Amino acid sequence: MRVMAQIAMVMNLDKCIGCHTCSVTCKQTWTNRQGMEYVWFNNVETRPGLGYPRRWSDQDRWRGGWELTKRGRLKLRQGGRVRKLAEIFANPVLPEIKDYYEPWTYDYKDLTEAPLGDDYPVAQPRSLISGEPMAIEWSANWDDSLGGGPELLGDDPVVRKLRDEVGARVRLDFEQSFMFYLPRICEHCLNPGCVAACPSGAIYKRVEDGIVLVDQDRCRGWRQCVTGCPYKKVYFNHKTGKAEKCTFCYPRVEVGLPTVCSETCVGRLRYLGVMLYDADKVAEAAAVRDDKALYEAQLGIFLDPADPEVRRAAERDGISHEWLEAARRSPVDALIRTYKVALPLHPEFRTLPMVWYIPPLSPVVEAVSASGHDGEAAGNLFGAIDALRIPLEYLAELFTAGDVLPVRAALDKLAAMRSFMRDVNLGRVPDTSVPAAVGMEPEAVEAMYRLLAIAKYEERYVIPTAAVADARSLEESALAEGCSLDYDGGPGMTGPFGDDSGRASLPLVTIENFHAARRRQTADREEDA
Amino acid sequence: MDTFLWGALPYVVFGVLVTGLAWRYRYDQFGWTTRSSESYESRILNIASPMFHYGILFVLLGHLMGLFVPSSWTDALGLDEHAYNLLSLFAGTAAGALAVVGIGMLIYRRRRYAPVFRATTRNDKLMYAVLVAAIVLGLVAKLTHAGIETGYDYRDTIAPWARSLFTLDPKVGLMADAPVAFQVHAVVGMVLFALLPFTRLVHMFSAPVQYLFRPYIVYRSRDPHDLATRPDRRGWERIGQR
Repeated sequence: MRVMAQIAMVMNLDKCIGCHTCSVTCKQTWTNRQGMEYVWFNNVETRPGLGYPRRWSDQDRWRGGWELTKRGRLKLRQGGRVRKLAEIFANPVLPEIKDYYEPWTYDYKDLTEAPLGDDYPVAQPRSLISGEPMAIEWSANWDDSLGGGPELLGDDPVVRKLRDEVGARVRLDFEQSFMFYLPRICEHCLNPGCVAACPSGAIYKRVEDGIVLVDQDRCRGWRQCVTGCPYKKVYFNHKTGKAEKCTFCYPRVEVGLPTVCSETCVGRLRYLGVMLYDADKVAEAAAVRDDKALYEAQLGIFLDPADPEVRRAAERDGISHEWLEAARRSPVDALIRTYKVALPLHPEFRTLPMVWYIPPLSPVVEAVSASGHDGEAAGNLFGAIDALRIPLEYLAELFTAGDVLPVRAALDKLAAMRSFMRDVNLGRVPDTSVPAAVGMEPEAVEAMYRLLAIAKYEERYVIPTAAVADARSLEESALAEGCSLDYDGGPGMTGPFGDDSGRASLPLVTIENFHAARRRQTADREEDA
Repeated sequence: MDTFLWGALPYVVFGVLVTGLAWRYRYDQFGWTTRSSESYESRILNIASPMFHYGILFVLLGHLMGLFVPSSWTDALGLDEHAYNLLSLFAGTAAGALAVVGIGMLIYRRRRYAPVFRATTRNDKLMYAVLVAAIVLGLVAKLTHAGIETGYDYRDTIAPWARSLFTLDPKVGLMADAPVAFQVHAVVGMVLFALLPFTRLVHMFSAPVQYLFRPYIVYRSRDPHDLATRPDRRGWERIGQR
């Protein structure tokens, strides 16, 4: 057993209202630059829908992720090492910017400099890529909330697959349709396809927290990672010629702050926490024969942070006490491993993704309520989950490679929780047979309810800081260990003009000092400082 | 003049190439990339780019063989001068033509598609001019001095000169007597070598052969010096780090 820790995320899709706040704040923070105009590290797509880039999950087209060879070994779907090097001069399956969408701006001068006249001036759209006037035909969310209707949404790879392989028709007519939102970031996989595809070795998985990053200095712009990632979450910066991707906001996470998308989520649907896993079993789990067994296989490599044996092994493998404690309190661990209501996105890509989703019950509740029944009564809901085959099968294609059982189990638990907690909240005698029907204790249901419905900031985001874990080497100083005279600006090493003269950056201070200084400066009375 | 061109210039170029590469590696890792334009236009690129690259790789192979494998070695292998001439003429011309057609299509694409053209710097244009000149002049030199029966035997003149450069005893006279077309090609070629470190052509030096041998998944530890501090801005790196 080799214990490794990973900062993981769970999103509760029932709560997502598709407001795109996460996308916008993420873009403002990370991709508000030239060369990244078309890039959304975080995007929210409507399901059913084409997604961003269009039809990204269709791996027959984009060749992302892994596949098994005849001998049962893992191989990148885009080809082996030799083939990839032979094809390095032009990546045959690289999405063009137009497959995402062509970014544009408006010629605002037309508005301000138009001569006085009868006609209202119009700002012409201009491509940010070519600079030419362009017709806007697609954007990051063209099919938002089922926009485009049946003609467009029939192209959703999952809808097509259900039609061609399962023989189920997803009804896309307005009255019969269902929909939910799917916010997507980089999955920070345990077996990342992008890392494996990078010829330069510039993309790496961080040992400490499992965040997958691109070393901008080592990237040589071969673009293989864009193809290697089945989620199409590595992007090519066309200005710098380097690959860029979601960083899981590592500068924030390192100091214990949640990612920008989590912090700003209006629905508070994101959970952050530590997962412990056995690194020795990763390759084995990713190479399970049956696609449908991949979800269970990935569950199997997660370790119980409360297990004394795991804790001993974790300590041996250099995981600090703070991280172990965080893992024990991890909301993500509870949702994935304990309650088993969170599921991975497209496990059949075999990358072992680490951003998991609680499937939405809302389309089901909605359908039951619309038919004039009580949408929150346990009996109605349990029946409806089964009867409304289409959402169930659609969800299964997304989250469990088509196996409806885990999705049904998760939805049943959510339905049981709704029904049980309604009785509790209305002061009725709660029906204990409802939790029992889904194999849960009433206490567990209440705990899950607390986590899903009212968990506060500190409960939703349990992030051990890198700084605290490395406290000994950082004690009382933001400088690294060693003699302070080893570095520029040590005591007595200032020039004739004083400490900060001629420096562009702020002097380094410890966080405690920073807060103490701010308290002192802003306190009204001396004793408050 | 001959001494300068064939005795001094090669060493100047070599110096510029090595120091240029070292400088770029030290100070401009971030700019060291292919600067691919594939995300703007991929249809033509998918045909033209492999065409050009494979063409130029075979051209390189041909040059290495012609310049650095003495004719006595190929004779020993049973490849006589006539056979070598045919090989050099047909294989060399084929590779050269492949490269020329490829780069022709690439330049057409670069001019034709607005996004690609907008992403073309002056540096790129200079590079393209010298690169095309070097390839075309090479083909011209070869084809104007070649015949099926017998061709200009550069392995008795240019090749010994090239090898003599490495023994630090340049045989200037050999090259001075070579046909003008070959001389021009050689000078333009040297200019191209001198330009390599300063253009996007540097990407040839990061050909990722190590990919064949490394494990698929790369793990790396956080750099303790970077912990929770802002990384230095480009050009403002602190002294004594890395």
